Amino acid sequence: MQFLLVNYEQTAAVILFCIGFTTMLLHKNLLKKIIGMDIMDAGIFLFLACQGFIKGRVAPIVENGVQDVEAYINPVPAGLVLTGIVVSVSVTALMLALTVRLYYRYHTLNLDEMIALAGKEEV
Amino acid sequence: MSIIVQLMLLFLIVCAIAVCVTKDLLTSVVIYMAYSMIMSIVWITMQSPDLAITEAAVGAGITSLLLFLALKKIHAIDARNEVRRKHAEKQRGGEHHGEEE
Amino acid sequence: MAKKNKKSRWIDRMNGWLSDEEGALEREMEAAQEQAAAPDIEKLSPAEIRWAKEEQEEEARIEAAMHDWTEKKALPFARAMYNLLCVGICVTMIALLLYTVTVLPAFGDPSHPINNEVSARYIENGLQETGAVNIVTGMILDYRAFDTLGESSVLFTAAMVVLFLLRKDKDSARYSQLAQTMDQNPHSDTYYEPKNDIILQKTATILVPIVLLLGVYVVLNGHLSPGGGFSGGAIMGAGLILYVTAFGFAKMRRFFTYKTYQRVVLVALLTYALSKCYSFYTGANHIESVIPLGTPGAILSSGLILVLNICVGFIVACTMYCFYAVFRKGEL
Repeated sequence: MQFLLVNYEQTAAVILFCIGFTTMLLHKNLLKKIIGMDIMDAGIFLFLACQGFIKGRVAPIVENGVQDVEAYINPVPAGLVLTGIVVSVSVTALMLALTVRLYYRYHTLNLDEMIALAGKEEV
Repeated sequence: MSIIVQLMLLFLIVCAIAVCVTKDLLTSVVIYMAYSMIMSIVWITMQSPDLAITEAAVGAGITSLLLFLALKKIHAIDARNEVRRKHAEKQRGGEHHGEEE
Repeated sequence: MAKKNKKSRWIDRMNGWLSDEEGALEREMEAAQEQAAAPDIEKLSPAEIRWAKEEQEEEARIEAAMHDWTEKKALPFARAMYNLLCVGICVTMIALLLYTVTVLPAFGDPSHPINNEVSARYIENGLQETGAVNIVTGMILDYRAFDTLGESSVLFTAAMVVLFLLRKDKDSARYSQLAQTMDQNPHSDTYYEPKNDIILQKTATILVPIVLLLGVYVVLNGHLSPGGGFSGGAIMGAGLILYVTAFGFAKMRRFFTYKTYQRVVLVALLTYALSKCYSFYTGANHIESVIPLGTPGAILSSGLILVLNICVGFIVACTMYCFYAVFRKGEL
């Protein structure tokens, strides 16, 4: 239990992921689900970047020709997160376009009402 | 230094819970924008300036902008003003009817 | 003779399958059966008509009862079960993840298993092999450029799909007079006219050149300082969006139309793909590439990384502007 408080950054990232996940599952409004997914993404990126940090070292930009491994943090997780941020914004834009079209069709953003209306149409 | 980071992480958690709990959509988008900005500063304390610039430009900029545009398309941005306008119209219409009768 | 017969049979069968002869035949047979089974109403006696009506009423009653059961009993029960399951899953997941955090290595520990020989190689030989001072940019555009290609294609796919979904089609028959007049109606959501807000315009006159300049700087210095193609592209896109919001689409179309967007994105993607093909070819065949790496610290250094940064910057800027314009007005 104490370890959770010592490793507070990773604990915070995990808690953010869970809050985003809960928002995505429990709300019926489509926009809230999309915002929940964005919060989830940011939490995961925080967790990934935490894995690359080493205490006492600086950002991986070569200064004064010092190319020692002991002087810089791990650059690999930062590259992964950079890709992830761009994918996150692409997916958000796509989901928002779909939400706008769904609204034009059903005039509501509530998922239950939408499913009921869609079910009546098929019959 | 670490106390600042702890305060920012606590602020992030409070923002995330506030987004989940608010009923108004406009409020939740604005809180999400603040969440994105503070996240960008947390990246800097993790010694990753690339991620900070990208998250600031993309999260607090483009994603929040797209969310506002989507709100406008579903007619939810002026929601409060529209409700007030309809209420005022109804009242004026009711008074007019009352006067006629 | 036999060969000719076989060939014609094969081609005939394919043609028959393509034009759906069997399906048509089956449909005809089904229609004939239904007609034969449907009773002729004039030939029925009044008793039979009464029985048919009672059957129909019985069916309607059963359907109404089922609908009632669905609305009043099944749906609330399903909703309650869904909420309960959600809460259960979330609590389980939180517990599991928090337990996982307790078994992780300490935060900031140098002996974390993630600090292995891969990152050591990138840090020690990064400057000599890629020529980039910023190790992260050198990594994502030289050592791991395949990931960046995948990410650019994800961005491109998202832009295409948003264009499909939200773009207004001027040539279609549905874009009729009614839709065009709706555009002029201030209450519709595709109505756009620059409100000529003085504050916004004066601020944009000062800010837009600064933002675009910052974007160009971040893109060009991607390999020397923090930044790179994506952040610089997003900043440039934000500058374009500010200009369009303050001054209107008519002024924007003087230098940025749909054709410009198409051409810029096409040329940027092709240049990116060709540069990467060159690198793959020389790397896979152990040929030395002819592109000089230059002196580290100068802008014109690090070989192809500068070209790739510029391409990615253009793609991202145009994509962000395209998202905004398609959401706002429905056309670029």
